[in-house]
Amino acid sequence: MPLGRLVWKGLHADLGANPIEAITHGTGDWTLTFLLLTLSITPLRKLTQQYWLIGLRRMLGLFAFFYGCLHLMTYVWLDKFFDVHEMLADIAKRRFITAGMTAFTLMIPLALTSTKWSIRKLGGKRWQALHRLIYFSAAAGVIHYIWLVKADLKKPLEYAFVLAALMLVRVVFWAARKSTAPNHSSTGLSKSGSLLSQ
Amino acid sequence: MLIKKAADIRPSEITPKSVYLNRRKFLAGAGTAGAAAALGIGLREAIAPSLTAHAGNKIDGIRKSPLSTTETVTPYKDVTHYNNYYEFATSKDEPAELAKHFRTRPWKVKIDGLVEKKQELDLDTILKMAPAEERIYRHRCVEGWSIVVPWVGFSLSELIKRVNPTSKAGFVEFTTILDKSQMPGQQRDVLEWPYVEGLRMDEAMHPLALLCFGMYGEELPNQDGAPLRIVLPWKYGFKSAKAIVRIRFTEKQPLNTWNISAPREYGFYANVNPNVDHPRWSQAKERRLGEFTKRPTLMFNGYDQVASLYSGMDLKKNF
Repeated sequence: MPLGRLVWKGLHADLGANPIEAITHGTGDWTLTFLLLTLSITPLRKLTQQYWLIGLRRMLGLFAFFYGCLHLMTYVWLDKFFDVHEMLADIAKRRFITAGMTAFTLMIPLALTSTKWSIRKLGGKRWQALHRLIYFSAAAGVIHYIWLVKADLKKPLEYAFVLAALMLVRVVFWAARKSTAPNHSSTGLSKSGSLLSQ
Repeated sequence: MLIKKAADIRPSEITPKSVYLNRRKFLAGAGTAGAAAALGIGLREAIAPSLTAHAGNKIDGIRKSPLSTTETVTPYKDVTHYNNYYEFATSKDEPAELAKHFRTRPWKVKIDGLVEKKQELDLDTILKMAPAEERIYRHRCVEGWSIVVPWVGFSLSELIKRVNPTSKAGFVEFTTILDKSQMPGQQRDVLEWPYVEGLRMDEAMHPLALLCFGMYGEELPNQDGAPLRIVLPWKYGFKSAKAIVRIRFTEKQPLNTWNISAPREYGFYANVNPNVDHPRWSQAKERRLGEFTKRPTLMFNGYDQVASLYSGMDLKKNF
């Protein structure tokens, strides 16, 4: 796993001249990667009809949250050394920090309600609506990256492109369902259809 | 007082042993076996007529300079494997590999603009203009990290004095080589190529401004700007242009690449200033490579002797 690789490299002094930066960038990259992997499950499942894929979604989402926590910790600890005053100034003044904090904050309720018990307690529909926050979290994460680079936008734009593609697939599915829905006017069918597809 | 003194020297500030030993070796080489070393270089030259290089060749007769800091020198490996050189790549570790075969000989520098005699100077002519000095300088990147490097060169003023700029010359512009075939980074338009930088005449004439061709007692490695660059320790690193092929004297303030790229973020002066933040991040602190905690950034990177160059100027506006 990526964390193992980071720890291994850290122990072997193989993180380059600026290990803290390497850790910050590494954990940030993996947070975004796991967010996008999580978002790819639903389209993949629909396209391939491999329904077992849904079983991976929670794990991938929690990995995204885990790396997000590590990423935030490197900032709080290794960059700001718990200087609350400085961090608050950063969040207010630096838009890339604002975006990053937004992305992380939006992940918190998702991680907290990731259990089966929460789904039951909230009810499928409400749980799903809540978990659409991941769209905004991923978007904020990508914006966080775009706003942070100096001149070379290649990498953040790659993430942006993948995110846009994943969202586009959803729009296409949604439009297709909308156009076919009036034909089957049975409410029961459309209800079960939407439950399956989200 | 005593306690304070002791606290000033932290264990992290003791020179890494490898660096210390290298310097020892270099001194020994320069002293007792100077002639032999020179012969060795000559021989290597004759066998492999300098495709890649000179990086690694010792420079003889380097003088010490009172302008040097006594702070711990950053290890050679870090300085050569962690630096920005967008002409090769936008990452900091790739230039070392990608610059390996960069040709630094023959090398000519065009001197033009407002000078009495426009000319093309051969690199070797330039290197002989003044005795080589070691200048151990703090180097602060606009991104918030810093290093301490034992550069080798002499004051830029030595060259400027010899090429006689006219009285109209108010600024100097430096241009980096444009060579897409050798510099893969120039094949992407991340920045406008070639890289240009500029200084006001009085800045360029300041003794701290270094015309640099070596570091750690050796000729510059390709990834650090070989064969000729400038080093301006009181300014953010991007002002210190690398692989210079043209020095032009102008009446008006020249443009500089990062200013063209993002005028709100990178100014012409780019003096290290903890009180003026980059619009996207703070400049109050820096991470010295090899240190765990951040240290406060000093005004003019601690080179107070340049302050008079900017007296009466609003440094918030002229960032």
